Amino acid sequence: MSDSPIISIRDLRKVYHAGEVEVHALRGVNLDVQRGEFVSIVGPSGSGKSTLFHIVGGLTPPTAGSIKLAGHDLLGLTDAERTELRKTTVGFVFQKYNLLPTLTARDNIEIARHIAHQNGPLDPKFAEVLKLLGLTGRLEHKPRALSGGEQQRVAIARAIVNHPAILLADEPTGNLDTENSTAVLGLLRDLNQRLGQTILMITHNPEAAAYGHRTVRMRDGRIE
Amino acid sequence: MINKLVVENLKHRPLRTLLSIVAISIQVTMVLTLVGISTGMMDEQARRARGVGADIIIRAPSSSVINTSLNMPAGVVGFIAKNVPHVAAATGVLHHGDLLSYVTGVDLAEFDKLNGGFRFVAGGPFQGPDDVLVDSYYAAQHKYHVGETVNGIVNRSWRLVGIYEPGMLARLVLPLKTLQEITANTGKVTFIYVKLDDPARTDEVIAELKQKLKDYHISSMQEYTELFSVNSIPMLQEFIYVVIAVGVLVGFLVVFLSMYTAVLERTREIGVLKALGASPGYVVNILLRETVLLAVAGSLLGIALSYATRFAINDVIHGSLIQAIVYIWWLIASAIAIVGAMLGAIYPGLKAARQDAIEALAYE
Repeated sequence: MSDSPIISIRDLRKVYHAGEVEVHALRGVNLDVQRGEFVSIVGPSGSGKSTLFHIVGGLTPPTAGSIKLAGHDLLGLTDAERTELRKTTVGFVFQKYNLLPTLTARDNIEIARHIAHQNGPLDPKFAEVLKLLGLTGRLEHKPRALSGGEQQRVAIARAIVNHPAILLADEPTGNLDTENSTAVLGLLRDLNQRLGQTILMITHNPEAAAYGHRTVRMRDGRIE
Repeated sequence: MINKLVVENLKHRPLRTLLSIVAISIQVTMVLTLVGISTGMMDEQARRARGVGADIIIRAPSSSVINTSLNMPAGVVGFIAKNVPHVAAATGVLHHGDLLSYVTGVDLAEFDKLNGGFRFVAGGPFQGPDDVLVDSYYAAQHKYHVGETVNGIVNRSWRLVGIYEPGMLARLVLPLKTLQEITANTGKVTFIYVKLDDPARTDEVIAELKQKLKDYHISSMQEYTELFSVNSIPMLQEFIYVVIAVGVLVGFLVVFLSMYTAVLERTREIGVLKALGASPGYVVNILLRETVLLAVAGSLLGIALSYATRFAINDVIHGSLIQAIVYIWWLIASAIAIVGAMLGAIYPGLKAARQDAIEALAYE
């Protein structure tokens, strides 16, 4: 693992306005994530972990503080700049898989490349990744013909096809049974160990959290 | 890739896609049918006027191409034959009825001199004052045969004595004198056809006729048939515009509803695309391509259906309407469909573009 953090967060704050009420979702978060680290973030509902996830992923801007992601300063970026950042710097894996139902597994992966203007054939090395994910032979099926575990593995493939700096996984095993959960977590660990993929994972499950190098606990908008 | 997504999105909801295409096609068919009928009727009138074989046509003062109720004294025919050089033959005919349904009263002997005579496919010329001739198109539509009685023409019954090849005058031809009497137009005609010994002298003879018959509408057959256009019928052009506007409105509403429900239904997918880094423009591009594809498919179906309406109008319905196929209007009607559809996609497109990614991802 390299010395300079791939994610560097200092006194990060986020305030939402729900009508006339101000919601302080993040109250000064400090966090460094090294390149190649697998960090689990745990905390009760309302602790701010999803907000942290959304800010690191460029889905919403911070209100104050400093956040640097793979050399990009996220504070002050416009919507268009954050959209551009999401193309190749961040990969998302969601609890509900969120595959496009009208496309095959292959095309769900391809569309991420298309959005990132990555044209041309898939890198031959990625075929190895697909093998690692156990997807060979399932790529021509649409999501409705895939099991939950398979869909989540397609989602992981989609998330890493553009070689993002970080992979953000939001409760990736939340909708899976124990067997599939273990398989998916194992795959994430494999990606981390074999490919050096930096992973930030939100989870309620302490067993799942243990797959990471370290666990960060959040409560009331702060890291404990 | 994006085209694949567009096609798969439309295939994903086949009934909604089909209904959208059909609704757009109805709009296109409506426009093509109306324009086709307008053009077909005008072309038919012009064709039948040309079919007489005359070089010059004379109409009463104050008459118009479509207002054939104004008549003139039949004595003008004799005047022309006697006083105007280069006239090989002249004859007057009486029109009775309106643009869609009329009969022509003809003096067969005079007409034969000008035209060479009717080309009969069955039977022959008038034998008595209560005889009628019909063209083969009319006979086939109404299943008439020579010798049968034809009822309801100018509120009378007639004996069918001849069926002629279509392409001139009206579909029904009566003896001129009889028609003049029963319509209180004794001694009157609606048109005078003039054939010249040398068609190259048409302009010269027209100039002379205008000197002698002031206020009469005198034109070469070519000039006259060029008057048969949609523009010469009052309000028809405006009516076509109204139908076009209705068509645009239908396309707009159908696509608006279709795309709006699609955007609502695909809220989470839009969130996913944005999470992957798709810009608002990318999302709108998908919607617009779906819209254009629906409009193009609807246009193609509409064009195909216009052949069906043409078959129904020309061959099935026993009327006097003719629907032509006006190819340039395929493009115009399709463009109208696409414009209407694109307008309908604007609001849903903006909604999709402005969708917050986080809210969309949380949408159930």
